[in-house]
Amino acid sequence: MSRRYDAVVVGGGHNGLICAAYLARAGRKVLVVERRHLLGGSAVTEELYPGFKFSVCSYVVSLFRPSIIRDLELPRHGMEILPLETAFTPLPGDRGLCRWADAERSRREISRFSARDAEIYPEFSLTMTRAAQLVRDVIDSPAPDPLSWDPRELLRLLRLGRKLRSGGSETMHLNLKLLTMSAVDFLDMWFESDVLKAPMSVSGIIGTYQGVRSPGTAYVLLHHYMGEIDGAFRSWGYSKGGTGGVSLACARAAEGFGAEIRTEATVERVQLRNGRATGVVLAGGEEIEARTVVSSCDPRLTFFGLVGEEHLDPEFTAQIQRYKLRGSSGKVNLAVDRLPRFFGREGSAHLRGDVAIAPGIDYLERAFDDAKYGAFSRRPYINVVIPSIMDPSVAPPGKHIISMFVQYAPYHLAEGAESWPDQREAFGDAVVETLAEYCPGLEESILFRQVLTPWDLEQEYGLTEGNIFQGELSLEQLLFQRPAAGWSRYRTPVRSLWMCGSGTHPGGGIMGAPGQLAAAALLRSGEL
Amino acid sequence: MPVPTMFHSRTAKLCASYRWKDWAGFYAVCSYDTSHDPEYFAFRHSAGLIDVSPLCKYEVRGRDAAAFLSRVTVKNIAKLKVGQVTYLCWCDDDGKIVDDGTVSRLDEDFYRVTAAEPSLSWFERLRNGYQVTIEDSSHTLGALALQGPNSRAILAEVCDGDVGGLWFFRVLRCRLAGVEVWVSRTGYTGDLGYEIWVGEAGAERVWDALVEAGAAYGLLPAGLDALDVTRLEAGFIMNGVDYFGAPHCLTEGRKSSPYELNLGWTVQLDRPPFVGRAALEREKGRGPARTLVGLDVDWGELEEVFARYGLPPELSAGAWREGRPVYDEGGRWIGQATSGAWSPTLKKNLALAQLQSSHAAVGTTVRFEVTAEYRRHRVKATVARPPFFDPPRKRAK
Repeated sequence: MSRRYDAVVVGGGHNGLICAAYLARAGRKVLVVERRHLLGGSAVTEELYPGFKFSVCSYVVSLFRPSIIRDLELPRHGMEILPLETAFTPLPGDRGLCRWADAERSRREISRFSARDAEIYPEFSLTMTRAAQLVRDVIDSPAPDPLSWDPRELLRLLRLGRKLRSGGSETMHLNLKLLTMSAVDFLDMWFESDVLKAPMSVSGIIGTYQGVRSPGTAYVLLHHYMGEIDGAFRSWGYSKGGTGGVSLACARAAEGFGAEIRTEATVERVQLRNGRATGVVLAGGEEIEARTVVSSCDPRLTFFGLVGEEHLDPEFTAQIQRYKLRGSSGKVNLAVDRLPRFFGREGSAHLRGDVAIAPGIDYLERAFDDAKYGAFSRRPYINVVIPSIMDPSVAPPGKHIISMFVQYAPYHLAEGAESWPDQREAFGDAVVETLAEYCPGLEESILFRQVLTPWDLEQEYGLTEGNIFQGELSLEQLLFQRPAAGWSRYRTPVRSLWMCGSGTHPGGGIMGAPGQLAAAALLRSGEL
Repeated sequence: MPVPTMFHSRTAKLCASYRWKDWAGFYAVCSYDTSHDPEYFAFRHSAGLIDVSPLCKYEVRGRDAAAFLSRVTVKNIAKLKVGQVTYLCWCDDDGKIVDDGTVSRLDEDFYRVTAAEPSLSWFERLRNGYQVTIEDSSHTLGALALQGPNSRAILAEVCDGDVGGLWFFRVLRCRLAGVEVWVSRTGYTGDLGYEIWVGEAGAERVWDALVEAGAAYGLLPAGLDALDVTRLEAGFIMNGVDYFGAPHCLTEGRKSSPYELNLGWTVQLDRPPFVGRAALEREKGRGPARTLVGLDVDWGELEEVFARYGLPPELSAGAWREGRPVYDEGGRWIGQATSGAWSPTLKKNLALAQLQSSHAAVGTTVRFEVTAEYRRHRVKATVARPPFFDPPRKRAK
């Protein structure tokens, strides 16, 4: 049976569902097809061990656009976000450094390592907030295209330029530095303490195959200051019940507007007629006709997996081939029977945010050294969160979930990506051993362990090369070059085929902006 | 000078911020930490425990208790079953609201009234002719509100009564950590939650038991600042903030009727006379001049106003309660917003307002005054019907 839809969205992750919800809200007939048995893509909650609900892949909600929450009335559909309150950097044998929402308390903590840094810290935050205002505008609208002569485009560039200049030459210079410097070099201009700089610098490398001393990594530091100006007020947070809650709320909103959603429906290919996408073909042969196809998959999967090289021109093919995915991180999820204890800290107040295993810059750079030559880091950077502290609904009373984002775990191992299944448990052991150096007794508390390598992310979640952002968030593939030069506006060279995933502007994370902006672009295009 | 409540030995030890305020003559914690955010999120995601002992409480007993309360308040209390709680208000002869609160039927001839303000003299002057006694238990009865999605699980661990079977707006007598208490499924957060009523002797034991059992459920002691944000999301009005009790008003214009406060649903006119009935009947007939509404202040316009000064929107850290004028699209004054807050859950800037009824329809666009960089501006706001946030778990069986 084939029915004609206005749009069929490939992939039921949060971006696909948000895009579908906006299209349906505008009165369009929309179908979302998801390969797995449950919705969410990488923003998914799964009960892997009885009583423990894991945010299997993506584990914090970052910069989720508040406008989407309002437009789609997501709280009515069950979405509630709890902001992270602390940033804790434990050290082996020492109480480490915890940064709190309370500025004075943070100042005292930083003073233990450098009184000078402690005083500069708020000044740094203010400067970054100023610079972040520009980024905010860029995230909430399609990427500005400096090569276009479209008058509307020029007007936007002019407005952006004026805003850049209104910040004064100082802000302009700062922005230039942010775009070109390494995270460490940039932080060196301000701070002296390694223990402070190391956890701050890692935001520049998350999901990339670069080190904290690699040029261009400073820019992502800005994202951490966006929450302040976002109307979201500390917009990094947990979704109640796990990150799948975000996706499910988006799904309910989409259905509320009349969209249809099908799970366990694998799209085998995009149906093309005379170079135009006319629907999708499911595994098993079922054809679904639609006026447009919107793919929330990454660009390489979309074009090489669903469309086929033979339908693309060679220049575009080359761009997509060169598009950097090269996943560099893994995930280790633990169910534990007690709260982990770190040196010199009692209770759980310091764990109401994220915990960075990043004791120094050299440590991080050494972790990258392993990865450069195709091995996982023996002592990796780990971003640890224990969501069950603030959201006890995800674990049985008194028990906890430890969710660890681990970098580096390069997709391309020296022995080849296919050798990941053989190295999976050794990788998991390295991660647990690392954390245990900061919280003794960890091993005995473990009830269950799940190790996800980049290989697993590709095989199970369809993230090519295990890249969590559907493409590195490095400067050369951001903005008007994401995912390919000239194709940043959610359209593709294939007529009636659109993109709405993290591989499009403004990129990855549970932000929702690609899905929202893609829907707006599609509705404006007149194709529907 | 305020006095301590019977939980003070516990709350004082925990109140590291030293942020207290005077609530009805008692010391009450504003927030235990320097920021109330964690406490707000505890109410919404795990559980918050707040000392609400300063509530005014009256034990009404006697053969005529139901008849008396039916005369004093706007509801027919005779219909209330034992174990049931009801929310209502009471008015003066002119049908102007005096206070709002709850009435619980604890036994055949035994009721408990809660009020925001001392009301004993008001009740006493209407008592003649009824066989009732009114005991002011404000200082002898402690109260804790345990609110949030995990409140039921926590209570079930320490309570011998059937807390799981306690419906919304019901009350039961049981033992909590060996102490005789009443547990009612009521609260001021608009979430799943309970209030525990306890005498002085066992009060501290009850607090300790809840805190201990709550540890595994993410329970946090919470203060009034967090409560204020939740009550605004729930759309609950507050005496002295969103309206003023008639006996305290210098001018007629300051007084409000239940209809003006959207409490018309509590008024049961079709029964024997009660205080204010005639006036309320007249008002119902002609419709209230003002109406209490919710406002959803447009975020986009708020951003634009602040952007003119190169600033991100600056909002007060918690709820605000300094009145602000509201205008129609033509710039004419149509009422006031009386309190409001940024809702961290809904990502909306919310307010409660009393507007001229002609502008009170849901969806009406009005102008809300905001101050940006010391200058006054008017931004768009849309009339909404509270509650803004109403999770199914609140009433779920």
